[in-house]
Amino acid sequence: MSDITQAFPLAARLLLQFDPLLREIIGLSLAVSLTAVVLAAIVGLPLGAGLALLRFPTRNFFIVLNNTLLGLPPVVVGLVVYLLLSRSGPFGFLGLLFTPAAMVLAQCVLVTPIIMALTRQQIEDLWLEYAEQLQSMGASRLLAIPTLLWEGRHSLMTCVLAGFGRAIGEVGAIIIVGGNIDHYTRTMTTAIALETSKGNLALALALGFVLITLSMVVNGTVYGLKEHALRHDLSGITAP
Amino acid sequence: MNAPCTSLTPSILPLRLEHVAYEFRGRTLLQDVNLTITAGGKTVLLGPNGAGKSLIMRLCHGLLAPTAGRITWAGGPIAWARDRQAMVFQRPIMLRRSVAENIEYPLSLRGFGRGLRRQRLREALQMAGLTNHANLPARLLSGGEQQRVALARAWVIRPEVLLLDEPTANLDPTATGAVEQVIEEFAQAGVKIIMTTHDLSEARRLADEIVFMHRGCVAEHQPARQFFGAPQSREGKAFLAGQLSW
Repeated sequence: MSDITQAFPLAARLLLQFDPLLREIIGLSLAVSLTAVVLAAIVGLPLGAGLALLRFPTRNFFIVLNNTLLGLPPVVVGLVVYLLLSRSGPFGFLGLLFTPAAMVLAQCVLVTPIIMALTRQQIEDLWLEYAEQLQSMGASRLLAIPTLLWEGRHSLMTCVLAGFGRAIGEVGAIIIVGGNIDHYTRTMTTAIALETSKGNLALALALGFVLITLSMVVNGTVYGLKEHALRHDLSGITAP
Repeated sequence: MNAPCTSLTPSILPLRLEHVAYEFRGRTLLQDVNLTITAGGKTVLLGPNGAGKSLIMRLCHGLLAPTAGRITWAGGPIAWARDRQAMVFQRPIMLRRSVAENIEYPLSLRGFGRGLRRQRLREALQMAGLTNHANLPARLLSGGEQQRVALARAWVIRPEVLLLDEPTANLDPTATGAVEQVIEEFAQAGVKIIMTTHDLSEARRLADEIVFMHRGCVAEHQPARQFFGAPQSREGKAFLAGQLSW
């Protein structure tokens, strides 16, 4: 119980002092997770929309597969990426193991199915509303993909945020492929895992509060942007 | 104002429906519809709610396929005539972008260059009286203005046939007047108008010929003056007398 009571002031002190070490791991956490989410969005948004709109024989199989991958255990992803990137693995020559790039890759694998599945649902719902109008104007299902991604941009931000939530709070994959190396691959979550194993529970918990604060700031920023965009409807932006 | 349709290509009219039927979940919504709509003028599909008017429009536009029978445009399949027709729905979907971008959208789909897109956009905005609304988000417009955006969006593709599904339902008299004025612009530019309505006074104002529908069947197909003067069918007479029950 004392660990919990100590954790609050410790978290406040960490934030207020803006400790250089803390700054470093916050920076790396954000860099790794945001990069992974951006890459996952580039892949997941069009694939999710494609799965929603296109009709092909194995579509149902891919939908089930996509939904299954939502529950992908991070440690398994970490292990697979580790084997792929290890010296004896097929991509060992790239020398990426125990680097931030490997961590980005692992988180990208974790986040892409989430963005894909949520996008598919959003685009399917939009299609119900837009189908007749778009078909009437001459849009095939393929051409409707960029249109509906743009139309659903406000709600799709929430899908991407869900992916970010998964990435920023994840430890199992990045600790395996990153190695939790001080000043190089140590992030908020790997630091929490380390401090917990060392018995510094108050510090671990304080880092946890800092992580939640960080996540709240990112979510709040995106929510604010989304609300602003909704109000102004971004009519000046050239649409695809 | 330039005519929206070009006369160099062969016409997609007449539109012919032969023994067309449509069933949905065991219910027959259209049965044995035989109808020929030729070029020129405004054809109004009139009838009470649930008569199958909107369904016929969707079938003719290729959004649905009939469960029996055949629909042809100048003897060809619907796909052949698709690019030469436009449809305006009762509740048109406005894309979440500006009025101008909404109107340009069908041209972007067809791969038109920026210069041509801009030129047609200017024409369409002027025709629909929307020049001052070009940069506004389309979803913020009133129902009547949105319907005019939908008409302008149809205008830019220069259709030979314009299908209108209850375009003024839910609009106030002023907005209805503005929309009907735009429909007249299409007609004057040589576009064949095929529209549905359940509103008798609108049909009187606009129609050159009436296709009267009741319970999924064509009850009567007459020149408008003849229909309103001396309807031939029992259902037509009852509808004009305000006594038609569904």
